[in-house]
Amino acid sequence: MTGAPMVVAQDVHKYFGSLHALNGVSLEVARGEVLCIIGPSGSGKSTFLRCINQLERADRGAIWIDQELAGFRRVGDALYELTDAETSRQRASIGMVFQRFNLFGHLTALQNIIEGPVTVQHRPRAEAVDEAQTLLERVGLAAKRDAYPSELSGGQQQRVAIARALAMRPKLMLFDEPTSALDPELVGEVLGVMRNLATSGMTMLVVTHELGFAREVSNRVVFMDEGAIVEAGSPQEILVRPQQPRTKDFIAAVLP
Amino acid sequence: MTTTRAEIGGSGGDSSPPSPYSLAHLRHVPRRHTHRWIAAALILLAFGWVVHAFATGQIEWEIVAQFFTARAILLGLVNTVVMTVLAMLLGIVLGVVFAIMFMSPNPVLKWVAWVYIWFFRGTPLMLQLLLWFNLALVFPTIGIPGLFEARTVMVITPFMATLLGLGINQGAYTAEVVRGGILSVDIGQTEAAKAIGMGRLTTLRRIVLPQAMRVIIPPIGNEVISMVKLTSVASVIQFSEILRNAQTIYYANARVIELLIVAAGWYLIVVTLLSIGQYFLELHFAKGAAPTGVRVRAAAARERSI
Repeated sequence: MTGAPMVVAQDVHKYFGSLHALNGVSLEVARGEVLCIIGPSGSGKSTFLRCINQLERADRGAIWIDQELAGFRRVGDALYELTDAETSRQRASIGMVFQRFNLFGHLTALQNIIEGPVTVQHRPRAEAVDEAQTLLERVGLAAKRDAYPSELSGGQQQRVAIARALAMRPKLMLFDEPTSALDPELVGEVLGVMRNLATSGMTMLVVTHELGFAREVSNRVVFMDEGAIVEAGSPQEILVRPQQPRTKDFIAAVLP
Repeated sequence: MTTTRAEIGGSGGDSSPPSPYSLAHLRHVPRRHTHRWIAAALILLAFGWVVHAFATGQIEWEIVAQFFTARAILLGLVNTVVMTVLAMLLGIVLGVVFAIMFMSPNPVLKWVAWVYIWFFRGTPLMLQLLLWFNLALVFPTIGIPGLFEARTVMVITPFMATLLGLGINQGAYTAEVVRGGILSVDIGQTEAAKAIGMGRLTTLRRIVLPQAMRVIIPPIGNEVISMVKLTSVASVIQFSEILRNAQTIYYANARVIELLIVAAGWYLIVVTLLSIGQYFLELHFAKGAAPTGVRVRAAAARERSI
């Protein structure tokens, strides 16, 4: 974990109508760090994650990815909004895994994985296919390369979705409640893949309700409530000895 | 299962009466469907009567057979089919373009698409055909200044006017069909495409439209079939499609019903062939869809092809 931080968020605000979804979130994520964001639903965790890859635009504040300002170009003291193409280029270096998988329904597992490398990055198809095979093996689904998403279980779909994000060779991976839509017996296989990814040194930002995963795998845990960061620290500090009453209540309610 | 049944049915041994839950001595009696049989018999009777009426009525079937492959009829058929294909292609291209414009974040594009759909859905097709055909009254010459110029009457032939009239009118309807198809694709697909760095148009072309096709094709198929018959409206501007040619013949020989039967026969043949084509097209775009009947057949077809 050396060098400039991978993500710097500075006083990020987001409104949905009158709802103040993000209320001044500031956060740094170091290179290679695995950071879990926990908190009750509606606390703004997912919105914050979506602001990082600009699926939502922050109304106030700024986010830097690898020292590059997200969504704007700075010239002197003026911020110019990026074009759609420039925004797309920024997104391409950030992998995103969704709660509902969002695999492309009309494409097979393999086609899902090579779509980005071939269509967006214009890499040679053969090379992309080779790399996709390797990724499928890495998530334990080499046998499912020609299956359509509708033929896969939720856990398998999510593992293909992780492979699809990794195929873009991202410098940062965002996970938006990756196991929340899964049957309980399928959660383990997805967490297993994420655990391996964490070991490989990938910078990961994980919004999750899996406190066990947060404790074992993450370097740092952030607890959010009502659009703001309430408490941040090591897994021990947040999950075992929380200081803030809201954190304590949440942990007590979630842990059996 | 069997052990359970044995326990319930035969636990008492030989001497005791069979349990009321025993299944061994029961048998299924199929339903008789008496009403279905009666209905079918009545309908067949009515159908037979119609066939008999036409067979013994004042219809010269030899004339029908003779004109079925008459040169004028076949030329009309070719014109009808060619016009259907071209007008539909124009309609689909315009429909996709204007649907995308309508859904664009750019307010100018959105407004242009709205006006297009408003005008061409809001006026009768026949009026539009007449407008195109009489374009020369408004613009005696058309062209790009300095590049080329032509007299409008030479460019706007009945064929051209029909193509523009039918195609542009169709585009307005198809735009709404395509828009509905695009809206039917889950927003998560677009977000996932954005997340791997796809732009708006690439996302539409690679991810959203292919999945929208499943919803778009049945109504488009419907419109193709409708278009086959709409070409006959173009007889008002002297486009010699099949019905107009049939009429020209019966004005001369007074065999009205015979020639209408000839035209009807050809319309039915074309529409039947198109329906078969639509079936295979739907099969193609059912890739990866939820396992419906079409989907299962597609999977079976895929397996056979491997």
